[in-house]
Amino acid sequence: MKHIVKIITLLVAITALWIGLLEMSIIPHRYTWLLPIYFVVSLGCYGLLMVGVGLMQFPTCPQEAALLQQDIAEAKEFLKQKGLDVSSV
Amino acid sequence: MKNKYSVIIPTYNERLNIALIVYLVFKHIKGVDFEIIVVDDGSPDGTQDVVRQLQQVYGEDRILLRPRPKKLGLGTAYIHGLKHASGDFVVIMDADLSHHPKYLPSFIKKQQETGASIVTGTRYVKGGGVHGWNLMRKLTSRGANVLAQTLLWPGVSDLTGSFRLYKKSVLEDIITQVVSKGYVFQMEMIVRASRKGYHIEEVPITFVDRVFGSSKLGGSEIVEYLKGLAYLLVTT
Ligand SMILES: Nc1nc2c(ncn2[C@@H]2O[C@H](COP(=O)(O)OP(=O)(O)OP(=O)(O)O)[C@@H](O)[C@H]2O)c(=O)[nH]1
Ligand SMILES: [Mg+2]
Repeated sequence: MKHIVKIITLLVAITALWIGLLEMSIIPHRYTWLLPIYFVVSLGCYGLLMVGVGLMQFPTCPQEAALLQQDIAEAKEFLKQKGLDVSSV
Repeated sequence: MKNKYSVIIPTYNERLNIALIVYLVFKHIKGVDFEIIVVDDGSPDGTQDVVRQLQQVYGEDRILLRPRPKKLGLGTAYIHGLKHASGDFVVIMDADLSHHPKYLPSFIKKQQETGASIVTGTRYVKGGGVHGWNLMRKLTSRGANVLAQTLLWPGVSDLTGSFRLYKKSVLEDIITQVVSKGYVFQMEMIVRASRKGYHIEEVPITFVDRVFGSSKLGGSEIVEYLKGLAYLLVTT
């Protein structure tokens, strides 16, 4: 099943649930009408929150940059010994 | 049974980087049976001359130069390299030192422990990380990732990273079905593999933005990314 079909199925199921709620009026109508709006808003909030948290906890590794410089120096030294010319960049 | 690994490195104007990375690969997986396949797309900076010199140092059986006449893009570079691979496993990595060879042992170990078909490097878990990105780059990356995770449920945390180890047969199976280019190429590979039910494992890697040379992927990447996402939604 293509992935878009899965997502559409999910959305249809949610819509059906909502219509069900409307029909059966377990909760007052005026609240049920607002549910889709809540749904969309909370989806948006979820996205923003995930991006925000991800951004705050973005894993960085400054020490790796320093280590890489050491590795580069080591490699250059070895290559020079072997007579490889890579100096011209 | 001892496995052989083919490390495919596509290059375009990586004269200095290719020499450094070859040294580091040999340093970090000394005891492993491996070959390096350099797919160079006619770099004007003389990358191929450097590779030939490296062959003198390390042997032509350990470093294979499989050039192409002109710049034909990354996706086909992998396919080209794959044709010449003699290993049971294939590692794909960039030449620009953003992918550090010191992580190769953890890829190999993870594969052996789990029997996974694909081990993919991820920057977004504990022990991983990125260096050298500005806020805008981080924001785009996070946004793209959240969008893809929400819509595609791919089962891996880093979709666009390209430091990966594949069982050769698995790579051959999926790479021919992939049509996207650029960043989306890596995403399509892993999503297709995931949909096909291949066992995928992750290992943390750190990613230091390139020090030497210049970036070759450009253009309106965000638009391409969104198109790629939509494409994957309807085709996988
Ligand atoms: N053979 C071949 N190699 C390529 C081509 N384009 C890029 N490469 C190589 O593919 C690897 C990844 O390319 P990069 O330019 O580093 O792409 P990137 O990592 O998205 O961009 P940066 O942020 O600049 O590092 C490098 O080893 C390049 O030399 C191509 O058309 N053909
Ligand atoms: Mg790079």
